[in-house]
Amino acid sequence: MSTHSLAAPQSSASSKPSLATPGQWLTIAGIVGFLGLFLIVPVGMVILVAFKDPNTGAFTLVNFADFLKNPLFLRAFWNSFYVSIMSVVWASVLALPLAYLTTRFDFRGSGVIQTLGIIPLIMPPFAGAVAMQLLFGRNGTINLLLGDWFGVNIPFMEGLNGVIFVQSVHYFPFILINLTASLRNIDRAMEEAAQNLGCSGFRLFRRIVFPLAMPGYVAGASLVFIKVFDDLATPLLLNVKDMLAPQAYLRITSIGLKDPTGYVISVVLIVFSVLSLWVASLATRGRDYATVQRGGGGLSKREMKPRHMIAAYGVIALILFLVLSPHIGLFLLSISTIWSYSPLPDAYTVQHYSRVVMESGQFITNTLLYASLAGLIDVVLGTAIAYLVIRTKIAGRQWLDYLASAAIAVPGVVLGIGYLRAYYGVSLPSGQSVTSFWLIIVIALAVRRLPYALRACMAAMQQISVSLEEAAENLGATKARTIRRIVVPLMTGGIAAGFVTSFATAAVELSATMMLVQNTSDAPLAYGLYVFMQSPAGRGAGAALGIIAVLIVGISTYLSNVIAERDRAAKAGQT
Amino acid sequence: MLNRRTFTYAFALAAAVSTSAFAQAPTGKVTVVTSFSKDVTDPIKKAFEKANPGLVLEVQNRNTNAGVKFVEETRSNNQSDLFWASAPDAFGVLVSKGLLAAYQPKAKGIPERIGRFRVNDVSGKYFGFALSGYGIMWNDRYAKANKLPDPKEWSDLAKPVFHNHVSIASPGRSGTTHLTIEAILQGEGWEKGWGTIKAMAGNFNQIAERSFGVPDAVNSGQVGVGIVIDFFAYSAQGAGFPVKFVYPSISTLVPANVGIISNAPNRAGAEAFVEFLLSPAGQEVLLEPTIRRLPVNSAVYAKAPAGFPNPFKDQRFNSMQDFDTVKSNERTEVVDTLFDQLISFQLEDIKAITRTLHEVDAAIAKKANPAAAKLAGEARALVAAMPISEPEASVDPAIKAAFRGGKDAKTRQAEFEQKWAAFAKENYAKAKTKAEEALKLTR
Repeated sequence: MSTHSLAAPQSSASSKPSLATPGQWLTIAGIVGFLGLFLIVPVGMVILVAFKDPNTGAFTLVNFADFLKNPLFLRAFWNSFYVSIMSVVWASVLALPLAYLTTRFDFRGSGVIQTLGIIPLIMPPFAGAVAMQLLFGRNGTINLLLGDWFGVNIPFMEGLNGVIFVQSVHYFPFILINLTASLRNIDRAMEEAAQNLGCSGFRLFRRIVFPLAMPGYVAGASLVFIKVFDDLATPLLLNVKDMLAPQAYLRITSIGLKDPTGYVISVVLIVFSVLSLWVASLATRGRDYATVQRGGGGLSKREMKPRHMIAAYGVIALILFLVLSPHIGLFLLSISTIWSYSPLPDAYTVQHYSRVVMESGQFITNTLLYASLAGLIDVVLGTAIAYLVIRTKIAGRQWLDYLASAAIAVPGVVLGIGYLRAYYGVSLPSGQSVTSFWLIIVIALAVRRLPYALRACMAAMQQISVSLEEAAENLGATKARTIRRIVVPLMTGGIAAGFVTSFATAAVELSATMMLVQNTSDAPLAYGLYVFMQSPAGRGAGAALGIIAVLIVGISTYLSNVIAERDRAAKAGQT
Repeated sequence: MLNRRTFTYAFALAAAVSTSAFAQAPTGKVTVVTSFSKDVTDPIKKAFEKANPGLVLEVQNRNTNAGVKFVEETRSNNQSDLFWASAPDAFGVLVSKGLLAAYQPKAKGIPERIGRFRVNDVSGKYFGFALSGYGIMWNDRYAKANKLPDPKEWSDLAKPVFHNHVSIASPGRSGTTHLTIEAILQGEGWEKGWGTIKAMAGNFNQIAERSFGVPDAVNSGQVGVGIVIDFFAYSAQGAGFPVKFVYPSISTLVPANVGIISNAPNRAGAEAFVEFLLSPAGQEVLLEPTIRRLPVNSAVYAKAPAGFPNPFKDQRFNSMQDFDTVKSNERTEVVDTLFDQLISFQLEDIKAITRTLHEVDAAIAKKANPAAAKLAGEARALVAAMPISEPEASVDPAIKAAFRGGKDAKTRQAEFEQKWAAFAKENYAKAKTKAEEALKLTR
């Protein structure tokens, strides 16, 4: 790691004991207040049940003992762990080539490739699994063809392997987004120095580039891990039940709100997620990833030999085809009349689209409004938390990070029920309950997606050398002005990445939304899609709505990529 | 508020002078919490709003359990007018918690009973507007490709030819599947019923987590056969899917219901909706291709498509048994938990045993082997064995307290679950050994 000490003198960061300014206290109070009101209190009201004797209501830990004694839950725990680790491995396999090739080389269509690489994240629940089943399921397109041609049937979608397959395709963009942002932030001089010293090829990547991009990779990988660990929709749709999150969901929805076991599992999920974040922070702790120079941000882009270029495009095309297959399936479904036990639909039609456009315009506008507001709240909170955690020495500041990140481990159903429990009785001046006001959906989305934005902001902040801020302050700038004029502009790429992840995933969130939607006129797209998908005739229309969702979010993602790219180019131009 | 009300009265009075009917018509938003899909609610909403100008139907789609929980959690400031769903036990829960208001529908032409089945509940707080039966649905293309015969009875699904081709929803998550399981248990008796269910389970390909997961998998051909409520199959046919449906002789007809929620913000609108659903116009909407539920007004069947079942005439419905709601309610959680602990979470074991037993049967059919047959029989008995008897499931105070709460509960639900799971695990391990021994004997 000698490169790192080259990059920035460590001393400057650690030798400066700083007390919190009033502004910082105010910010902390705001963040804690927000998280307290909309995360801790509602979730606490629900998971308190885990610590209560179901009959007497007295405090007890016996429910946790029951959990540990139950072989099913222990098996579920290990399965979840195994699936999460394997999903991180496969997601890395998918993300690394895309991230490296598009940032390191002069590549036609980098922006398009990166946008396409993010799209898998934008797969509304239900729709994704339905489409994957149609292509890869036991009687999906691939297996029907394989059966006709060779008489074999490959169980892509069966059991734990099926879950790993779907999850790594679905969540690999977390690694891609964060790793790309990180790679763009590496000082070109590092790479050039290594090259001057005779390092090249894979060794250059392994020893210099990848270690410098570590914050981004770890941020992405830990998101994938936690997300897979806590995800219940995918295993359930593949009918895999012996994993932890599905068990929690099954307990809560089938046995009821009074059953403690579901909440015990929720507590285990939350604790374990926070624990894995802590492990991830160990991986990057004690090392300095900041580079001083900003002008030459990003790896030096190089030309590739035509032969290599073709190979690179081949790899990218293969990966994109694989990760976009759910969307291909969904698109086919959205234009098909009947698709049943056949490799391709019987016939094609556009009537699903006309039906959706006629019936559900408000779903689309609602989604755009809710997801952008949620994304905005998230990057504001994310930047503030990242600054407080990394730049200040306030005691317990790490807990802000853990607190905000814990939201990722809270099942949406629990959050939704918690809001209803805590705030249903609270009325707005108009007499309407707070929980039936549409803004509560925005807040739920913001809380649920905050960890994504936070990870991106943290990674971006970690890569900024503190000496730049010190320089500004030495020149007489106030703290606030330094943040506004130096820190935030330097973080733009990371903030954009955070916004995109929050926005894109909020746009397709369903589980908390399900509990909170009280008027169809306030409902977002994912809810409309769910409603369509519950009937045979609505399947095509639901798929059409899904495609519209993907297009909207895809276009927004592309636009913010363009903004980030332009911003980077502008900065590079200034030197 | 007062001003507006005074104005409304004045207006109503003025209107009453000219046309009295107009003055009575309720107006505003009617909010209904329902588990029904958009394909069901949209045509009804359209017809309802046409028949009642001034009323707007606001549909909130939630699955049945979530809907019940929603109404319960929001009772302090209730904004919903109606609850509208299939599963009668959900209404039972709502009534027991005092969340439904009493009402006497005025609609004519709806009998108290259809065949042997009561239309309206005795509580007078929720009303049947359509009937649903339970049965077997299958994908015709899938069946042809895999050479599956047409199933007729539940026991057919336990035959070797159906191995790995059958799907069901988990009764704990699907109110309608719960009723199917309960109907089999009531029709065949506790021990024999569970035997049939577990024998079918040996052929399950998957246990889905929501009701619609099953017809969806059958429609798309991911699995061949599904255990479903009838309208899933009829509406799939209406949409053009190559699927068929049959009512086994052990089945039951259960009304799908609607009820007015206590303290409904728009009580008059809620009543108008109930009346509309029960009117001939409302009943006819049920025959739409995307809905296809059995109306409760016999006159409406004259307009039904060819081949549509008619419970007023078809004899097969008369041979079905009555559904004992009280019995069902007593043991709901116990039956669901048993299903999960003995079947859902042990599915791989049951399937492995069943596969071996199918092989043994095939070998015995070719060449008689009494010793192997005896072992296979023992293995089957071990799989079928239940950890608790029928009276225990219904009335055992310890079990009841563990599942429903109460200060005198000594054992926790989690402990019963572990006990039952361990019982099944042990029996299945023994059954597996016996089945494998039997297979060896045939070789």
